[in-house]
Amino acid sequence: MGVVTSLGAGKADNWKKLTAGESGIRTVTRFPIDGLKSTMAGTVDFVTVEPSSSTALTERLADISTEEALAQSGIGRKGDFPGPLFLAVAPVEVEWPQRIEVGRAVGKAEFTVNDVLAISGGGKFASYHHRFMFGSVAGHLAEKFGTKGSPISLSTACASGATAIQLGVEAIRRGETDAALVVATDGSVNPEALIRFSLLSALSTQNIPPQGASKPFSKNRDGFVMAEGAGTLVLESYEAAVARGATVLGVVAGCGELTDSFHRTRSSPDGKPIIGCVNKALDDAALTPGQIDHINAHGTATPENDKMEYIGISAVFGERAKEIPVSSNKSMIGHTISAAGAVEAIISLLTLEHQRIPPTINYEVPDPAIPFDVVANVARDARVTAVMSNSFGFGGQNASLILTREPI
Amino acid sequence: MNEPKEAWITGIGIISSLGEGLDAHWDALNARRINVDEKRFAPYVVHPLAPVSFDAQIPKKGDQRQMEAWQRIGTYAAGLALDSAGVKGNQEILGRMDMIVAAGGGERDVPVDLSILQAYIQGNASPPFLNERLMNDLRPTLFLAQLSNLLAGNIAIVHGVSGTSRTFMGEEAASIDAARIALARIESGQSDIALVGAAHNGERSDLLILYEFGDFNLKDKFEPVWARDNHSGFALGSAGVFLVIESREHAEARGAKPYARLTNVVTDLAQRKQPGAVTKSLETLWAKLGVADDNALITGATGVGSVTSEEKAFLRGHPGTAVRATGTSFGHTLETQFPLGLALAALSLSRGALFPPNDPTGLEVEMSKPPTQIVVMGAGHWQGEGMALVEAIK
Repeated sequence: MGVVTSLGAGKADNWKKLTAGESGIRTVTRFPIDGLKSTMAGTVDFVTVEPSSSTALTERLADISTEEALAQSGIGRKGDFPGPLFLAVAPVEVEWPQRIEVGRAVGKAEFTVNDVLAISGGGKFASYHHRFMFGSVAGHLAEKFGTKGSPISLSTACASGATAIQLGVEAIRRGETDAALVVATDGSVNPEALIRFSLLSALSTQNIPPQGASKPFSKNRDGFVMAEGAGTLVLESYEAAVARGATVLGVVAGCGELTDSFHRTRSSPDGKPIIGCVNKALDDAALTPGQIDHINAHGTATPENDKMEYIGISAVFGERAKEIPVSSNKSMIGHTISAAGAVEAIISLLTLEHQRIPPTINYEVPDPAIPFDVVANVARDARVTAVMSNSFGFGGQNASLILTREPI
Repeated sequence: MNEPKEAWITGIGIISSLGEGLDAHWDALNARRINVDEKRFAPYVVHPLAPVSFDAQIPKKGDQRQMEAWQRIGTYAAGLALDSAGVKGNQEILGRMDMIVAAGGGERDVPVDLSILQAYIQGNASPPFLNERLMNDLRPTLFLAQLSNLLAGNIAIVHGVSGTSRTFMGEEAASIDAARIALARIESGQSDIALVGAAHNGERSDLLILYEFGDFNLKDKFEPVWARDNHSGFALGSAGVFLVIESREHAEARGAKPYARLTNVVTDLAQRKQPGAVTKSLETLWAKLGVADDNALITGATGVGSVTSEEKAFLRGHPGTAVRATGTSFGHTLETQFPLGLALAALSLSRGALFPPNDPTGLEVEMSKPPTQIVVMGAGHWQGEGMALVEAIK
């Protein structure tokens, strides 16, 4: 496994800070924040790329987390990974710095789209074509790490990271491969992305202090905080991993997925799709709710999400919903969007390894409508054998994973 | 693993520059009709979408307003596919149906972008400027209309497809992998029925700019794909194509009639820095399909010089194969080109004939006998290769 978040690069650094309740959220310095409603984010500021673009940063973050994961796994050889790539990545677009550069090349103050087209060809901006193809990050990773076959880039919004894991698990279960490289990455804190989420009223506007903005399950929560990060998992069939003497870090015991056809940004008010998704994951793992002893929540801190997550979980878990320790990593690292499902699965696996649950910070005013046993503000030691990690996203995308330390 | 389950194509939904539905396409292909517009985006050539009344598949105007053109095209085509398979409105089936959509993104608000860009370049570039303009000028709903996974989201909302939902990205290869994964899930019993497809709006100046960066656009004058040796490029096309693919036993249990069998989908990522890599990749993929040379092949060849010449080199090695290039009749529809090929292969097999050649260079030849196998081939304009084998059901 490998991970990068606003807290740092690598599992060791992230785990230390997560269990200390540190926040990676800070006021954005990458670009001017004048006039913005939300001015903080979990940016990965210690990694820079030239020429700068969100897609280039997305790619670099994936490189870092993948190098860490491959080094730990000891699988394959350098540049020769023995299996396919499944990549969760944000949709790609030409970005403003590049747009401005092309605009300047027109060479006049007033211009039309035809003037822009007239100077776009001829090779001067050929690198922009490659950079802003949707398949560019996957193409780079496949070449660099030598994954086999056609790499799959996918987006299921905030569930993307979990879906990538699910695709890898399915390929292994079908017997197509013994190993799969699962990467989820997002480096897309740029002005337009921040403004777009802001216009949907999805972001917290509690800008001061920035590290206090993300308040999952609190009564005074008001939205999520955009963030960047990447997570990589080397998935292997259990038999193949044991046979090559690999250290097994955990088991993906079950995956569930169910689409909500209610609304583009809102969950079905009856919670049925979430309930169905969680039940599918439990069925797939052949576990009962009573055997889950920690939930790594989606917990975005939007008023709607956290409420719906409780409604869905309590419908499946009954009274136990109030007793299982629940925590949201997003209180500290923000919402890493396309990467979140994998980053949080990795944190869940670290939780299993260390038998310690990272806290939900900023939990000062509990929401009485969400009577979860929130791991409030400080990490908690606990006996954890099976973790449920949830991802519920825009476009009705719901995915749940169940992770265990040992095979069950 | 158990013996792989047989997978049938039982539903086809298609809208394009040639019209809507299977009969319209069959007639247009047999008449060698091409709908191309050389003027609207001159000097760039595009294949515009034929007129469509979106109300027929997207009854709520509110839903239509929430979508960008590519999402409307795709949601419409998905509805046609569900109708064609006879599962429209069947909540029991739709609630457990797989959906794999291959998607790019939606159209920018180009006038807004241009006006911001001009003001910025004219020196009104104080730090808050870009932020203020974006805050004021971007429409909140535009974001959702552009997001890749919201084509699937809209299909779920409008048609109720709500089993699994996965959106693959990455240009031409995205839909080849979508078909591959859908088939693998059905063959292995992970799923019984899937909706697979893509949509593309080619009438977009922002896309023309993006592809112009790489000199990929066909300019000035339309030529058939195989006749672009000295006139390289693709003409963007508009199309939406969705297929319903299901296990034979699932189809038979509900009395569904198949168009064809989807037997195999294979994909590759050739390292194209090596000349000849695409030809070699296609040879490898062909060998994996294990087909005879005396059948038919439908390719999504783009007309882009380097990759199309490598495809030609591959095809020269299989001279008995009747070839058809969808790029000539439909333009290049990126993610949609491969599902389009699958749809036309299934349609041809179900009608017992391959549609006629449309090629002045003679690469495409008549096929007099009914095809029993059709290979669908895709080599992306910059990366990604794949093939599928579609077979007649006797």
